[in-house]
Amino acid sequence: MALHIVVCVKSTPSNVNVPVDPATGQPKTAGVPPTLNPYDEFAIEEAVRLKERVPGSTATAVTVGGEAAAEVLREAVARGVDGGVLVSGAEFEGGDGFATSLALSSAVKKLHAEKPVSLVLFGKNTSDGGSGMVGAETAAWLDWPSAIGVKKIDAVDDASATVSRMMEDGVDSLKLALPAVVGTIKEINEPRLPSLKGKMAAKKAVFPKWGAAELGLQAGQVGAAGAGAKVVKAATPPARPAGVKVEGASSAEKAKKLVDILIERKLI
Amino acid sequence: MANPILVVAVPSRGKLSPAVYELVSAGRKLADSLKQPLYAVVTSDKASALAPDLAARGVDKVFAVEHASLGAPVDDLHAKAAASVATKENASRVLVPATVLGKAVAARLAVLLKAGLAADVTEILDGGLVRRAYFSGNLVAEVEFKTPVGVMTLAPMSFPRAEAGNKGEVVTVAFDPGASKCAFVSFAAEESNEVDLGAAERVVSGGRGLGGPEGFKHVRDLAHAIGAAVGASRAAVDAGWIPYRHQVGLTGRAVRPKLYVAVGISGQIQHLAGMSSSGTIVAINTDPACPLMQMANVTVTGDYNELLPAITDEIKKRKGSPVAA
Ligand SMILES: Cc1cc2nc3c(=O)[nH]c(=O)nc-3n(C[C@H](O)[C@H](O)[C@H](O)COP(=O)(O)OP(=O)(O)OC[C@H]3O[C@@H](n4cnc5c(N)ncnc54)[C@H](O)[C@@H]3O)c2cc1C
Ligand SMILES: Nc1ncnc2c1ncn2[C@@H]1O[C@H](COP(=O)(O)O)[C@@H](O)[C@H]1O
Repeated sequence: MALHIVVCVKSTPSNVNVPVDPATGQPKTAGVPPTLNPYDEFAIEEAVRLKERVPGSTATAVTVGGEAAAEVLREAVARGVDGGVLVSGAEFEGGDGFATSLALSSAVKKLHAEKPVSLVLFGKNTSDGGSGMVGAETAAWLDWPSAIGVKKIDAVDDASATVSRMMEDGVDSLKLALPAVVGTIKEINEPRLPSLKGKMAAKKAVFPKWGAAELGLQAGQVGAAGAGAKVVKAATPPARPAGVKVEGASSAEKAKKLVDILIERKLI
Repeated sequence: MANPILVVAVPSRGKLSPAVYELVSAGRKLADSLKQPLYAVVTSDKASALAPDLAARGVDKVFAVEHASLGAPVDDLHAKAAASVATKENASRVLVPATVLGKAVAARLAVLLKAGLAADVTEILDGGLVRRAYFSGNLVAEVEFKTPVGVMTLAPMSFPRAEAGNKGEVVTVAFDPGASKCAFVSFAAEESNEVDLGAAERVVSGGRGLGGPEGFKHVRDLAHAIGAAVGASRAAVDAGWIPYRHQVGLTGRAVRPKLYVAVGISGQIQHLAGMSSSGTIVAINTDPACPLMQMANVTVTGDYNELLPAITDEIKKRKGSPVAA
């Protein structure tokens, strides 16, 4: 048994505390250096661990983004993934989760046709869009079983994966028939840093670039044209009013004043 | 023809969660603003037993899709069941709770209904636009659907819970969602009688400033005294002082309680992303200059070792003699 794991990674701004561009009403990210979405480190690490668990397995990273997004594929290779695909082209610009997940699902299908895919891994959410939905939407387009919020892949064989999904009130155990989609959370592992060997491989790596045509999609199905929703305008959250300082000579006095405030504001 | 607003009441362990009542009040607002009726669909093995509760909270029509397989928290089955009603009734907006299962169901609904999706909506604006936080909580977006149908998940604690209202009709629907490629094996409940973070009206969180796992005893004591859930910063979780499920922030849970008490937490942006929309934020910290003390509504400067027991005592005292308050 050998697995083919696909891991979806995104290039996001390294600093997401950005202003709104008054001209466009959209976040001003120009000039902010891009980086690997931090939560995707866990998905990459899990792909590499699955490779270690099941010898002979391969892992492929996929990203939808601009030319510069190739760097996150390189980062994935440096961390132990075997190769990557850059889904890129002007037609993908301005896509939302709906359009991006369609593009990702088409890329996964194409990879699946080349070499059957066992698992597709995702990060919990992105630091910019941050819907935490792209993984589940990709599964929906593929019509593959999926679990998001996965804290452990308990078992995996040729036909299925058993996963632990962290719920609000406990942990579900689910058995997914392969191929399947898994959305990871931070608890799943502790990402390792790129190895020297990985960095060397990353330097040499060449990534195929697929546009809508290669994916068998119309330009109108992806990017802004294919988006199901659009951000009309962005704003900074309203500033909070200045705080009240609770003062007192002793802890008991401070405690008394604080409790007065909490009761007065009907908070307790 | 009507294009109703449809609340998808995905039950949790055979019950309706309070999040569903929040969807009803949000749905009512949207329905009134778009001049459409408000419908709900309950997808459960006990749907017909659960539906009357929603019908009594001002939902015009509740569809009970009951099937044995809907007793399991399997996303595609619930999505198919809800989609069958959404399609038949020509729903224009579909509201789903932003729980782990709800998110998975919403994603499948979006694809089944070829609908745009807005996640973790916190506000419904006139004209049907919605607001959600993004860029890790640094920005809020006004989102417009481009598709005829829009699916949205609603962030917990963002809308009031619908109370009793006009009594609506209950319609039982026969629907077999078929087989799933996902099998539910088992559920292990969290061993604790603590309040769930996501649905908590009050949260007391501890950070690295607690200095060790013992510090959480003081945090728990205060939390119990005011009926709060216990939260934590990532630093406290990473140190192994408390399990990950308590983590608040970007890589943890997002909370929106009426009262958030942060103890020994400096307030780095990743933590703020999970709690900055709380109603009232109280910070207890030795450092009055740290970011959390700067943004909090009420601040107490000092050592938690002394302050927390004093606060807990004071609360117990007042509870004991309400006249003194
Ligand atoms: C990708 C990424 C994701 C992250 N996700 C999260 C997340 O989801 N949630 C999260 O919380 N963090 C997250 N972080 C970590 C975050 O950046 C901070 O490191 C973390 O929040 C710091 O925790 P803290 O405030 O408890 O610790 P510190 O920053 O060390 O603050 C400790 C505070 O305790 C105070 N203190 C010390 N002694 C006492 C005392 N005796 N009494 C009272 N106060 C005292 C100090 O003055 C200080 O303000 C993330 C970081 C990254 C890079
Ligand atoms: N443009 C993209 N390319 C590849 N993967 C993506 C992209 N956007 C999101 N993802 C994946 O989907 C996860 C959830 O993203 P989001 O729904 O945007 O919060 C991320 O952690 C990534 O694994």
